[in-house]
Amino acid sequence: MTLAGLYTILPYDVMALGVVVVMVVIAFCRSHSLTLALTLLTIAVSFFWLFPTGSMMPRQVTPLLVIDAYAWYYVGMLLVTAAGTALLAYAYFSNYGGLKEEFYVLLLTATLGGMVLVAASHFASLFLGLELLSVSLFGMIGYAFNRDGPLEAALKYLILTGLSSAMLMFGLALIYVTLGTMQFGLIVKAIAAQHVLADPWMLIGLALIVVGLGFKISLVPFHLWTPDVYQGAPAPVTAFIATVSKAAVFALLLRYWIEIDAYRYSAVYLVLTIIAIASMLAGNLLALMQHNVKRVLAYSSIAHMGYLLVAFLAGGSQAVEAVNYYLAAYVLTSLGAFGVVSMLSSAGSDEDIDDLNQYRGLFWRRPWIAGIFTLMLLSLAGIPFTAGFVAKFYALAAGVHIESWWLVFTLVTGSAIGLFYYLRIIVALYTNPEEEAMPAAPALAIGRAHVGAIYAGAISLAAFTLAVIWIGVYPDPLINFIQYATTFI
Amino acid sequence: MLLAWLLIAPAVGGIVAWAVAPYGKQWTRWVSLAAMLADLAIAIALWVAGGTVISIGPQGGWITQLWLPWIPSLGISFHLALDGLSLLMVLLTAILGVASVLISWRDITDRVGFFHFNLLWSVAGALGVFLSLDLFLFFFMWELMLVPMYFLISIWGHENRTYAAIKFFIFTQASGLLMLVSILALVFVHHAATGVFTFDYFSLLDTSMSWWTSVWLMLGFFIAFIVKLPAFPFHVWLPDAHTEAPTAGSVILAGVLLKTGAYGLIRFVGPLFPDAAHWFAFVPMLLGVVGIVYGGFLAFAQTDFKRLVAYSSISHLGFVLLGIFAFNAIALQGAVMQMVAHGISTGALFMLVGVLQERLHTRDMREMGGLWQAMPRIGAVTLFFVLASLGLPGLGNFVGEFLVLLGSWPVNLALTVVGACGLVISVIYSLAIMKRVFFGPRSGASMFADLGLRELTIMAPMIVILVLLGFYPQPLFDVLKPMLGGILQP
Repeated sequence: MTLAGLYTILPYDVMALGVVVVMVVIAFCRSHSLTLALTLLTIAVSFFWLFPTGSMMPRQVTPLLVIDAYAWYYVGMLLVTAAGTALLAYAYFSNYGGLKEEFYVLLLTATLGGMVLVAASHFASLFLGLELLSVSLFGMIGYAFNRDGPLEAALKYLILTGLSSAMLMFGLALIYVTLGTMQFGLIVKAIAAQHVLADPWMLIGLALIVVGLGFKISLVPFHLWTPDVYQGAPAPVTAFIATVSKAAVFALLLRYWIEIDAYRYSAVYLVLTIIAIASMLAGNLLALMQHNVKRVLAYSSIAHMGYLLVAFLAGGSQAVEAVNYYLAAYVLTSLGAFGVVSMLSSAGSDEDIDDLNQYRGLFWRRPWIAGIFTLMLLSLAGIPFTAGFVAKFYALAAGVHIESWWLVFTLVTGSAIGLFYYLRIIVALYTNPEEEAMPAAPALAIGRAHVGAIYAGAISLAAFTLAVIWIGVYPDPLINFIQYATTFI
Repeated sequence: MLLAWLLIAPAVGGIVAWAVAPYGKQWTRWVSLAAMLADLAIAIALWVAGGTVISIGPQGGWITQLWLPWIPSLGISFHLALDGLSLLMVLLTAILGVASVLISWRDITDRVGFFHFNLLWSVAGALGVFLSLDLFLFFFMWELMLVPMYFLISIWGHENRTYAAIKFFIFTQASGLLMLVSILALVFVHHAATGVFTFDYFSLLDTSMSWWTSVWLMLGFFIAFIVKLPAFPFHVWLPDAHTEAPTAGSVILAGVLLKTGAYGLIRFVGPLFPDAAHWFAFVPMLLGVVGIVYGGFLAFAQTDFKRLVAYSSISHLGFVLLGIFAFNAIALQGAVMQMVAHGISTGALFMLVGVLQERLHTRDMREMGGLWQAMPRIGAVTLFFVLASLGLPGLGNFVGEFLVLLGSWPVNLALTVVGACGLVISVIYSLAIMKRVFFGPRSGASMFADLGLRELTIMAPMIVILVLLGFYPQPLFDVLKPMLGGILQP
């Protein structure tokens, strides 16, 4: 690798360096706030370097990574998400009894894994990024190991993620066997040269990749782990899984699909259409039956992945634009929604505040946080004034554009069903506390936690809220950038 | 720019009203009232200036417009414009907005700040619907007015409010999404034909498309609008929502939000898909007539006063649907007149139900009776609005219903005859109200306060308006006239 190449991927270098620095500092001086500061500094510097390196895109750095506006868009998104998660985690873990600092090392490595994924142009970097992300996530999910929930969730995640990685690996191997190359750019040429469009191994390989990645972004029928892990994981980690890991994998999937032009495989296309419809329906219908806020949000995220798939299936620049916007909106909204759960909960208590009953009348006790939660739920439901509205608009536009009416009407039906459970949470938030027999007022962890830590979490929540409104009301700058980024892919 | 102020006043007023709530509930009420009065003043100013007609598009009759870039990368702009129809709807909204703030003065005592915020924002959303000429903006406003209304019903509503609020929201949202699909499809069809990606109303007006495409797209819009109207068989959300909403919510819902459906039919369905809409016209006319008769029968069967008024709305809006799809100037004028008159008379009736409920703590007509002696003023005012609602000549509703029937006569004789029979049904249920509530044996002996000064101040202008519309409707038709041609002959 040349020096210029190293310079191009400076954000990656900074993150890797940051991991080492944070680790070394922890070894000498254990301080929660210092660790957070170093983490944020790493993320900020890495983010800052996106701008000078952005001017000389796109370029291939080793066969492994391709640096273009598309990659930088997602790297930026991941870094912002990581910073938000770090702040939320700081509030959440501030009264945790065990060691807190190593969490941030895992956070940084997981983010680095995601960053590798979104720029991957080779099977090796794909797998490297995915495993870096998954293994770190395993540690993060089980981080509060004094509680049962996280441990169970971590184990579940570990086993299933191992299985899906194996599937993915097998799929990649099959394609390599057929074509003799692992680089995205060469695959498409190899397909053309060797006339293997309908080769069964190629098809099986693609199918296995869909299985492997479908598991990571929890598409039906590979979604079974999602509600359990979402519920069991500490709330800030749930926020991280729902955002970073999904966005990174989806971004990768889209790049891969477009570069090798997998839209040509009508069988795979059909399967993806069915998966999209199943995800939208199953996600929304199963969410109706939940009484746990985290589980509702988990099923809703399954449905949202289905909506995203509608945009994805549109193909071409339409798909890239729609997916890029949708993921930004989805990431911000999910961070906000899980951020609220995280701010209400604390690692010091036995369980997160996630039962629907504990949210009854929240608006009348703590109007700000309940107001933010309302906004996030409305954004998930796709109501105007929020990012979710424009996102749903994009997804529908993509579906209408390819005239795939089954997808469009499933999306409409799914959204209508979705309203019901979002509204159910909102109803709970605004229940009149005097009328309802209050279930033993939940001991809200926020009072016990460190005040400074609360500010950290509150700042990040406020930032997400403003962002969700901003890109919902005036999305033009973001759309312009997305359209610019789309031209490179 | 005046148009922007029309939206800014309630939007900012709502936020300020909420923000000042901790300093005293009175402040909230005065701020809200000021915001609504500002809207009313702007609307009247626009009426006075209404003579000037500008030319901004293929249709004539525009009075003023505002165009600002919003999301140029997607061909979306912040395009507001006002013609005679919009002006009438804006006036109606402003009048009912003022009335609903006043009627809540003593009705709403807890969480006053948030209540007024929601009230003003749903008014702002409705005003946006009446003014938007960009289809994306229109849809944005269309959805925007739902959320505050949902909160109004679900927080300040009556016994069964959660159910009613969710039902209302899901019905209107789901149908709205169908419209969004149609809007998008229309935009893509236009893009395919011209290469221009735009949501602007004027650009989309003359989009050429195949016959079946136009029918499907028209249906998407049509369903969204008749769910909102509501027309049989999509009316099932209405009785619940109206009955459970607080008084001010019912007033805005019946007076303003239902009119957005009718407005959409006039503004979008006919002009955007003229051939398909004319071809399809029999179905809406039939649905309108079914609604007239069916709504009337159901209204008569109710024991809950508020529910009765709600069902009568279905019946009255059947006339609007009939008039719109007759596609001629007389019927359309009648439909608009009916929209305005129904907004005022039903709004007033809902307020009177609220007034009675405040005093009697019930809406059940079986527990009322003989109230005239106790509250003669309420009785008299109710009698007036009941007569207006049954279509007594000399009041606005009569003019509307008469013109609708006159206009649809040459189009479809049989439907017109059945629709006219609906007038008889409305007489029956309207007089039944008077008999059950105000006459007959007296139930309960206690004395109740009659209409106070505040309540009379709300009612008086509404009475005056209905009488004026009944005796001298010409100014309304004058305002409407310049835009009729554009709507009917696109």
